[in-house]
Amino acid sequence: MSPSVPLQEMIRAIRSARTQCEERGVIQRECAAIRAQFRQADNGGRSHNLAKLLYVHMLGYPAHFGQMECVRMIASPRYSEKRVGYLGAMMLLDEKQDASLLITNSIKNDLSNSNQYIQSLALCTLACMGSAEMCRDLAPEIDRLLRASNSYIKKKAALCAVHIVRKVHDLGELFTKAARSLLTEKNHGVVHGAVVLITELCERNSETLERFRKTVPDLVQIMKGLVISGYSPDHDVAGISDPFLQVRILRLLRILGRNNEAASDAMNDLLAQVATNTDSTKTVGNAVLYETVLTVLDIKSESGLRVLAVNILGRFLLNNDRNIRYIAMTSLQKIVGTDHNAVQRHRGTIVDCLKDQDASVKRRALELSLALVSASNIRSMMKELLSFLSSCPPELRSQTASGIFNAAERYAPSQRWHIDTILHVLTTAGGDVRDETVPNLIQLITNTSELHCYTVHKLYRALLSDISQQPLVQVACWCIGEYGDLLLTGECQETEPVQVTEDYVLDVLETVLQSHMSSPSTRGFALTATMKLSTRITENVDRIRSIVSIYGSCIDVELQQRAVEYNALFKKYDHMRAAVLERMPVIEKNSQGHTNGETIKESQTVKVKPGEPQQPANQVQANAAFYTVFSIVATVTVYEKDGVTVTLSCEKQSDSGLTVTLTASNSTESDIRGFTLQAAVPKSVQLHMKAPSGDSLPARGTAKVTQMVLVFTFADMSEVYETKVSPVTS
Amino acid sequence: MMRFMLLFSRQGKLRLQKWFTSMSEREKKKIIRDMTTMVLARQPRSCNFMQWKDLKIVYKRYASLYFCLGVESQENELLALEIIHRYVELLDKYFGNVCELDIIFNFEKAYFILDEFLMGGEIQETSKQIVNRSIEASDMLQEDDISEWYEVELFG
Repeated sequence: MSPSVPLQEMIRAIRSARTQCEERGVIQRECAAIRAQFRQADNGGRSHNLAKLLYVHMLGYPAHFGQMECVRMIASPRYSEKRVGYLGAMMLLDEKQDASLLITNSIKNDLSNSNQYIQSLALCTLACMGSAEMCRDLAPEIDRLLRASNSYIKKKAALCAVHIVRKVHDLGELFTKAARSLLTEKNHGVVHGAVVLITELCERNSETLERFRKTVPDLVQIMKGLVISGYSPDHDVAGISDPFLQVRILRLLRILGRNNEAASDAMNDLLAQVATNTDSTKTVGNAVLYETVLTVLDIKSESGLRVLAVNILGRFLLNNDRNIRYIAMTSLQKIVGTDHNAVQRHRGTIVDCLKDQDASVKRRALELSLALVSASNIRSMMKELLSFLSSCPPELRSQTASGIFNAAERYAPSQRWHIDTILHVLTTAGGDVRDETVPNLIQLITNTSELHCYTVHKLYRALLSDISQQPLVQVACWCIGEYGDLLLTGECQETEPVQVTEDYVLDVLETVLQSHMSSPSTRGFALTATMKLSTRITENVDRIRSIVSIYGSCIDVELQQRAVEYNALFKKYDHMRAAVLERMPVIEKNSQGHTNGETIKESQTVKVKPGEPQQPANQVQANAAFYTVFSIVATVTVYEKDGVTVTLSCEKQSDSGLTVTLTASNSTESDIRGFTLQAAVPKSVQLHMKAPSGDSLPARGTAKVTQMVLVFTFADMSEVYETKVSPVTS
Repeated sequence: MMRFMLLFSRQGKLRLQKWFTSMSEREKKKIIRDMTTMVLARQPRSCNFMQWKDLKIVYKRYASLYFCLGVESQENELLALEIIHRYVELLDKYFGNVCELDIIFNFEKAYFILDEFLMGGEIQETSKQIVNRSIEASDMLQEDDISEWYEVELFG
């Protein structure tokens, strides 16, 4: 009777269960039986029971009650039980379980067992789940095995040492000497283990790296032996002799040759030889070539060798195998910064890969294409990128859109081209662009005054065909509000003018207002645009008046507030209407990361007035100026008068959030009591003022009052905070 | 180094899981879920490499089983494909024309073979013959051990 039969019977029983519920029933019964068996005294079937439990565990059911049984089985003198016991330990015990410590002693004993297969079990388990304490305990034992045992054990001890070094970095010192001597062995498994160990030691410690540089000639020798040797049946894979060892040696050479002229020179010839002689028809040959290319590009190789490496990558790009194309692009991505021109030569192939069916290849091609965009190829590249955008998989869309925007911003050959490109992206992938696209585009349009007519015509036409893409609709509404008069003149130099009446334009805006596809903020844009048109059109002002008064009772609070305010503008402040609604001035363009202490004073958001009646806070200027606050990192003094000083420091929390800390101090001779701070922000920004640390400023700056303010930008802000405060001096 | 190796069927049933680093049960379950979802969603002739968090995922389908290897970013993906292929060859030699059922009913043997080929997330032995011989010898040792038990039990 085969010892595995009970196990196989159970597996059959579980598999024949037709429903999940039935399976659970079978498993519960089996587990109960297993538990009972565990409690019994030593019987010959212990290993079967544990094996059954391990199967159940793999199906996803709990099996922690088997942990102690693993410990017991590992301590058994029988090999069959040890084998399953150690397997159980690797599957059920990890260093986080307390029971794992109990097997340390068994492992220690088994490491010195006369039977190499028992030693092997212990080594394997230690390398799989050995905790830091176990590693510290058993490291000397492993070192001993590294020096004096047969090759079967040596190779396992080497990998065990690798695990120990990963867990307890300091123990690396212990294995350095042994690792060095293992390189001279003939057995490939041992040499491989030694190379892995040396790689690990060098990666962790730069002194060790220095010492191991001396091994470069030996490594080169071993590689040469592998490359030019004849057929070796033991290690041959499709004509390559031991590719696993070759790749590992190449990786170690990469680490040793990095930033070191001498070492790089020593391996130059070898790398050239491998690069030219390796057969690239099968994957395994390409694996070795790939590793060679990575090494050449990372060390201080001579230029001829570098060119050879990039050419190999170029050949990979033309390979039929998708995998090869994928890794070629990954490697080219790594060197696009340093060897830009070399990679540019392959731009055509890379751009073709954008059309590949495979999602991974597409992603790599996209990243690489974006990196290859430059002033000279911007027009052709953008054509490709835009056509990619219309057909790319959804998960790549927002990355593509941002990439296009960045490229357009950096290399736009003309303003009109820039605006066209952004509009194209908004029409194709409007839902996937980031929030700041709308204000950025508005800023761009405002600043390109010569193209206002062209832009408003394009946007009007876009709006006629599709009002579902919110960013596009928002920008279009804004433009029509600002430049609607240009639409109505019926003239345009850059493009075919439209023949519309005021009614048509108002129709379009009303459609946006009423459409269920429009988001609340889009409707806000449309309403404001309608209002602005009241000063730019001549005949249909009454229609605007009625639209505005209808929305005065809209359920949406933001729209209602706007409508009411516009209504008031019509009724009570009609004399101010033209001035309020006139064209926006050119917005100061401030790029992100621009720390400008002076700008903050112009856009003060904080006003402090000790002992005086309330005054409205400073009007805050356009959003663009506010964005400079996001880039201020230093502390700035915003108010200094009558002995009271208020400083403001910002800390950027997220793309749209900022924590501002206001600190007030008093250098006068008397205390100030009832002191509070007032803040106002534009509508697109939300403010949360936290409680101040106190409300009195003691004299002579003995203590300060601080207050934290959280600032967020939201497109659909619905309230403007204005905290009115009246401080009183004593 | 390799972080994990998973074998699962076309329906997403796990047939083998080998973890080369210490992880909680929850993390393991999450990885299994993510891997099966990602790999099973792939088109038939796609690239065998994917990016997942900071790891590279290399997978290949052999008959009804998906072999999925999660490796760190400095590993050679093409070599990882060769590692998977080598493991399949070892299983094939051992079971003789291996199929999924062999791995289901003899899962512990599949683990033993894997433990002779890989260790601690690295390749342990690059020669097929040596791995095969080690497995045979271990199996014989196990047989001797069990027949001893039979003798003791049956004959006292």
